[in-house]
Amino acid sequence: MGMQNQRRVYGETLEELGSRDERIVVLEADLRNSTMTALFQRAFPERHFEVGIAEANMAGIAAGLALTGKIPFVNSFATFAAGRAYDQIRQAICIGNLNVNIVGSSAGLSDFGDGATHQAVEDIAIMRAIPNMTVLAPADGNEVREMVGAMAAHDGPVYMRLNRNDVPDALPAENTFRMGTPVVIRDGKDLVVFAHGIMVSRAVQAANILAKEGVSVRVVNVSTLKPLDEAALLDLAQGFQGVLVTEEHSIVGGLTALAAYVLRGQGLPLESVAISDVFGQSAHSHEELLEHYGLTAARMVETARAMLRRGA
Amino acid sequence: MKPLIAELKRKARKLRHDIVCMIGPGRPGHLGGSCSVADAVAALYFHKMKHDPKNPGWEDRDRFLLSKGHGALAQYAALAECGYFSRSHLKTLKNLGSMLQGHPDMARTPGVEANTGSLGQGLSIACGMALGARVDGREYRVYCVLGDGENAEGQVWEAAMAAAYYRLDKLVGILDMNGLQATGPIRDLMDTSPLPEKWRAAGWHVIEIDGHDMQQIVEALNKADTVRDRPVLIAARTVKGKGVAFAEHNPAFHNGVMTQMQYEEACKALADSEDG
Repeated sequence: MGMQNQRRVYGETLEELGSRDERIVVLEADLRNSTMTALFQRAFPERHFEVGIAEANMAGIAAGLALTGKIPFVNSFATFAAGRAYDQIRQAICIGNLNVNIVGSSAGLSDFGDGATHQAVEDIAIMRAIPNMTVLAPADGNEVREMVGAMAAHDGPVYMRLNRNDVPDALPAENTFRMGTPVVIRDGKDLVVFAHGIMVSRAVQAANILAKEGVSVRVVNVSTLKPLDEAALLDLAQGFQGVLVTEEHSIVGGLTALAAYVLRGQGLPLESVAISDVFGQSAHSHEELLEHYGLTAARMVETARAMLRRGA
Repeated sequence: MKPLIAELKRKARKLRHDIVCMIGPGRPGHLGGSCSVADAVAALYFHKMKHDPKNPGWEDRDRFLLSKGHGALAQYAALAECGYFSRSHLKTLKNLGSMLQGHPDMARTPGVEANTGSLGQGLSIACGMALGARVDGREYRVYCVLGDGENAEGQVWEAAMAAAYYRLDKLVGILDMNGLQATGPIRDLMDTSPLPEKWRAAGWHVIEIDGHDMQQIVEALNKADTVRDRPVLIAARTVKGKGVAFAEHNPAFHNGVMTQMQYEEACKALADSEDG
């Protein structure tokens, strides 16, 4: 299985888009070498605006640029993009439904070394809570490529989170991202797993392990967290014995909460492998943190076995 | 007095009359901060700005942003007077479903450029508009009205520094220095003075005026056209509640309620007065 870095794919795709569409402008707050907008800056310096370490101002400037017909991409680490500029995103961008794209880099626990201050375990929850906002979480590098194009084409505010590290290709080659649509990656008939981000490839690993035990698992990539085709999600769970939700995000306000809401009243057992309501911390690798917080295929397998034992 | 100045003074008085009527008796409304900016708003909408009420989306129009969004009533009165919408809407202020919200809403009100009211954000939006104009090679100006109390918001200074760095000389800030914020005099709460010096230090060309002297307002706006390579701040000393005697210098009328008697007194004074 190939590996790709979502940030690099993002930077390259943005540069490519910039050559096709002059309306694309990019805003940066002193992280261009990390967010990879340095590639766009090199190609189109007149459309790349460095604002210094001032995320609130960056979001406001993006609103102004959108109001002149530009398609801005705002960049920072996820926790600063979604958190530090929350009020500006809400007031200046979302109430007016402005065409601003916000890219939260180093999301989840993927900025492993920097610790809780730089990790984003609640960015999806914050962004999902704002009316008019679209929220995306790509499973792999290929999906990033498709999403960036879709973001530019979509009229309205979009938030996308990115992983900092190289991640395995999780989606089949023929996968085509459609905003709002959950996609079956691997089909099965006993348990259904809803996942986003790096947990999609881990869910496939878990499904492979469970298959050897005679448990057939459907894995669904829910890479649009909002607006989601709720009827499609319901359909994808029909006839299954239980639902397992997994995400590199807090159980508060992410896919766990979303799935529990959509599936309410269905009588389906539902479990979650996600980050409980806690902050992250520093470690020497992303993997170390994923294991510490239980975001592993092994934990999914255990959880699935327990659900089935209970007669899920 | 020159005819233009006399006409603009008459317009400003009409805006203040409309502000009082929009609020009416017995209901809270942002009387003070709307009246303090009325002269600058009149000078911009009825003289300085290139705009077309019949074509609010005209690409080359000058932009007006009210960063101190609670001053919206002055802008609504000006927009109605210009013909962006019927004056009959003024009476619907804050009614459920009205096009006139408590703070400016671009999606609802023709002529409103952005959503403002969470203080400190308008100048950033103005910077983005001025940068967009530059990318497109357009010549329009962006006027942004800020409150002095609002200058406590850190984002104002982020935007001030960015505007100076990017040499946004088509950007004009108008600082409504009425000296009061919602709960009292700024100097007694958290003194942010001296503001003109701070804006100069941030790299702006600062013009200090009496914000109720129409001649000075017009001259400052004209002077702003000639400044190159730097954004311009017109630091306008004003009186909160200007033109409504019981509300002048009175923080209680930041978002206060007029009694029936006060309402009638204000209407009469603004209808009768020669120069507001």
